[in-house]
Amino acid sequence: MSKESSIVYRTVSDVSGPLLIVENTHNVSYNEVVKIRAPSGELMTGTVLETGRGRAVIQVFEGTRGLDTDLTAVRFTGETLKLPVSTEILGRVLDGSGQPLDKGPPLTAEDHWDIYGSPINPYARQYPRQPIQTGLSVIDGLNTLVRGQKLPIFSGSGLPHNRIAAQIVRQAKIPGEEGDFAIVFAAMGITATEAQYFMNSFEETGALEHTALFLNLANDPAIERIITPRAALTAAEYLAYESEMHVLVILTDMTNYAEALREISAARSEVPGRRGYPGYLYTDLSLIYERAGRIHGRRGTITQMPILSMPQDDMTHPIPDLSGYITEGQMIVGRGLHRRGIYPPIDPGPSLSRLMKEGIGEGMTRFDHKEVQAQLYYAYSEGRDLRDLVAVVGSEALTERDQKYLKFADKFEGEFINQGEYEDRSFEQTLDIGWNLLSDFPDRELKRCDPSTISWAKDRGAYKPR
Amino acid sequence: MTEETGRIQSISGPVVKCGGLPSVRMYEVVRVGHEQLIGEVIEVAEKSCTVQVYEETSGLAPGEPVVATGDTLSVELGPGLLGSIYDGIQRPLPDLRELSGDFITRGLTVEGLDKEKKWKFTPSVKAGDRVEAGDILGEIPETGIITSRILVPAGVKGEIVEIVSKGDYTVVETICKVKDDHGDVHEVRMMQRTPVRVGRPFKDRVGMDTPLVTGQRVIDTFMPQAKGGTGAIPGGFGTGKTVTLHQFAKWADAQVVVYVGCGERGNEMTEALEEWPDLKDPKSGRPLMERTVLIANTSNMPVAAREASIYVAVTIAEYFRDQGFDVALMADSTSRWAEALREISGRLGQLPSEEGYPAYLGSRLAQFYERGGRVKTLASEERLGSITLCGAVSPPGGDFSEPVTQATLRIVKVFWALDKDLAARRFFPAINTLTSYSLYHQTLERWHREHLGEDWPELVTEAMALLQKDQELREIVQLVGPDALPESERAILEAARMIKEDFLTQSALHEIDTFCPVGKTYRMLKIIVNFAKQMSKAVETGVGVRRILEFSVLDNIARMKITPWDSYEKTMDAIEKKMAREFQSLSAEPDGSSVMTPGVVQ
Repeated sequence: MSKESSIVYRTVSDVSGPLLIVENTHNVSYNEVVKIRAPSGELMTGTVLETGRGRAVIQVFEGTRGLDTDLTAVRFTGETLKLPVSTEILGRVLDGSGQPLDKGPPLTAEDHWDIYGSPINPYARQYPRQPIQTGLSVIDGLNTLVRGQKLPIFSGSGLPHNRIAAQIVRQAKIPGEEGDFAIVFAAMGITATEAQYFMNSFEETGALEHTALFLNLANDPAIERIITPRAALTAAEYLAYESEMHVLVILTDMTNYAEALREISAARSEVPGRRGYPGYLYTDLSLIYERAGRIHGRRGTITQMPILSMPQDDMTHPIPDLSGYITEGQMIVGRGLHRRGIYPPIDPGPSLSRLMKEGIGEGMTRFDHKEVQAQLYYAYSEGRDLRDLVAVVGSEALTERDQKYLKFADKFEGEFINQGEYEDRSFEQTLDIGWNLLSDFPDRELKRCDPSTISWAKDRGAYKPR
Repeated sequence: MTEETGRIQSISGPVVKCGGLPSVRMYEVVRVGHEQLIGEVIEVAEKSCTVQVYEETSGLAPGEPVVATGDTLSVELGPGLLGSIYDGIQRPLPDLRELSGDFITRGLTVEGLDKEKKWKFTPSVKAGDRVEAGDILGEIPETGIITSRILVPAGVKGEIVEIVSKGDYTVVETICKVKDDHGDVHEVRMMQRTPVRVGRPFKDRVGMDTPLVTGQRVIDTFMPQAKGGTGAIPGGFGTGKTVTLHQFAKWADAQVVVYVGCGERGNEMTEALEEWPDLKDPKSGRPLMERTVLIANTSNMPVAAREASIYVAVTIAEYFRDQGFDVALMADSTSRWAEALREISGRLGQLPSEEGYPAYLGSRLAQFYERGGRVKTLASEERLGSITLCGAVSPPGGDFSEPVTQATLRIVKVFWALDKDLAARRFFPAINTLTSYSLYHQTLERWHREHLGEDWPELVTEAMALLQKDQELREIVQLVGPDALPESERAILEAARMIKEDFLTQSALHEIDTFCPVGKTYRMLKIIVNFAKQMSKAVETGVGVRRILEFSVLDNIARMKITPWDSYEKTMDAIEKKMAREFQSLSAEPDGSSVMTPGVVQ
């Protein structure tokens, strides 16, 4: 179907926003790559968004600055966008569309893969069941991350999501099994300082040599952000499914990606959905997120951790909302916790890991994990509710039981959630801290735990009711 | 219909315009491009038609051929459906994997049913019998749970001139010949092809007087579903829509389950595929997968096929209904289906109505839900079958005022409202008992009284009243603190707490608690409501709530949930006795009065 054509069109009829419209075209296919030469001689790349009746609408990744209707030359390549893939991509720094930014040689290619990928056959998927130990109690203990999961971090401006992501990258491992591990990092519209922070952090731990970076920074063309996550995931798929590596993909910041999508949609005057985002935002995001997973008969896995900032901390904003419907849970960075000086300020209330239930327990983390998790959750949310009450009636009005829960909530935040940026806790440690905090309550208050588990914890010395 | 070839004129996402097909009709299936992608005509104009393509359209170019097939979008119905997993247009996913590997590529053609597999057919009619549409010709033990019946197809009526003897046949072999009154002979095969966009015919709708027992206490008690009923589960992400639907699919007492994952996560389908074959049906002890048909159009699969998947699923459900089974269909999520409608409509340039959805959203939803119901099927004998429809709705931002939720609520009779606050406290199932409702309470009352206990409706009303009162008191407590309440009201708070924690919360992950036989639900509810009544009486006589909370029977009550399915009766009897004893002990104490005046809970 390849038809590398030598025909150069100079029939641009319209340039508007990120779009270019070419007339009198023949046989242009949907989504094919277009090479554009600006009057200044600059070369640009785009893809076809719409074709037919001798007309093609093209989105230009570099932006349309400098293009005109007179001298601009357009050539259709007959190919969809492809990324050269090989393991050599590790250790490289690339731009948002996969061109080398560092001083290294051009990318060598084992193969060229279509960056749009193909959906994984649900029948070929294998359910993610291996827990990843991040070393953060609030994640490992309450909302465990699993290999092959897509678990986003919902954050807001001014919150330490980057520090959390960097700590996870530093510490993430599967206890007792050190496999080939790689990181693919895709930056969309983040600042150079933030990108530098990540690079330094990777370098510090020696992670840089097994990391591939795709950088589209804040001052890079916005439309290029449409392909950055796709190029990054294509590289990840190669590493996972061909080279049998466990790949952690960090996508930051998905909000910028969605805004680029909105820009194109608006330029095409499509009917907008909520807040001006296109109606297909859900489908589009799912094409990215659903590329995480595990496949039967292949050793490698893709775990995704997209980071997105919620405008105004509003979780009902279309970007976090639609993401939450696709991803397998979410980590919410809470401003309240952050202000109280708790790090990592991940708020257990609205945070959730959907795949946790299959990834914890006997043989994976520890047999009591489910019960401890349920009990901690119960006690903490009781305590949080009482805080609201105390604000109105004062703490003297509470019963003795309620006082205990109130105190528990504070201790839980201070000792369980709170930990150092370089503190790496094992699953065992995390669960024992949990039991220790539950020691404030008598046995019969622990309704979420089996009596046999409680006595096991007593024997272990982890649970010492006072 | 002769094969015609047209040409692609323009392409925009899944929507393709083509010309040169003058006699193409609405909803006809066409093959698009050199790769022969499957598409369906959704708009016909004088010189062109618009096609929605069920596969990814990248690389498609104007000028490529489009071939009309003369067929409308149809499914293959027959033995072999149970235990299968299909994509949105009934292509078996295992076969696709064999053809194209772990990733789904384009232009693959696979048929829904295996044409080579032989099935053990036992005829139940003989030559010379008169039959009409819907009559049973014979049976096939399709799986360990379901013996499927081969029916005379719609539109066929007459005398059997030939029927094969007992033996093994494929689904495409002729098993029977029927001569109608005009002397025409119809050949009947086990497989039928049925268009998906119109419902299969039936005789009559009948009343819905039997509940679909789901094994979920909160649902079976407060908002029961009827066999043949319709229900919706709206909720923001993380509130447990999918878990609830999975629980239905696993434990509901339907005979056949059709589960359609429409625009949702791939791993959720994988979970079903990996887990359900290992789960045993509580009644037959056979793997649950043997009664299940899965349809997976995950969110990253083509949008247009998502629109079709719902129709494919409901047509398969109707096929089993016509055999006289009680079928439950779970659709997760109807919002994604509505969004597919919106996307296609937008690409067609149709005038949008609310939030960009097309104006026909409401009527399409209604058409879908109206295909549910309990009916007398076609057939000379009287046979009843039902389809219960349960759809998840994913409202943006968890806001129920959005168009899909509202359009759905106008149609469905049961509303299970999922609550984000409950989910955040890990109170599962996070169904808000006060805002949810079922309109089947009255029609199901007789069944409940007969099968559970005469006092069932009263118990439900009393428990609900306690929860309602609890809600009101909590607002006061928020303002003045719990100490300001009189003892009688604190007793209500405690009773409501017991209902919520010891009865309503149910763990989908616990091996016993995941399913609660409805008889056990009844006993549990009765114990808790009785406890609440006696507590209220005792408090009236001056006993402190704190004293009652020291009862050791409370520990037994808290662990009622995890008493085994088959031996709960004994445990419940023991709890009732112990409870009576402990309340008795109160009156023996000097501070309690020995005379208890009968009182009711307000």
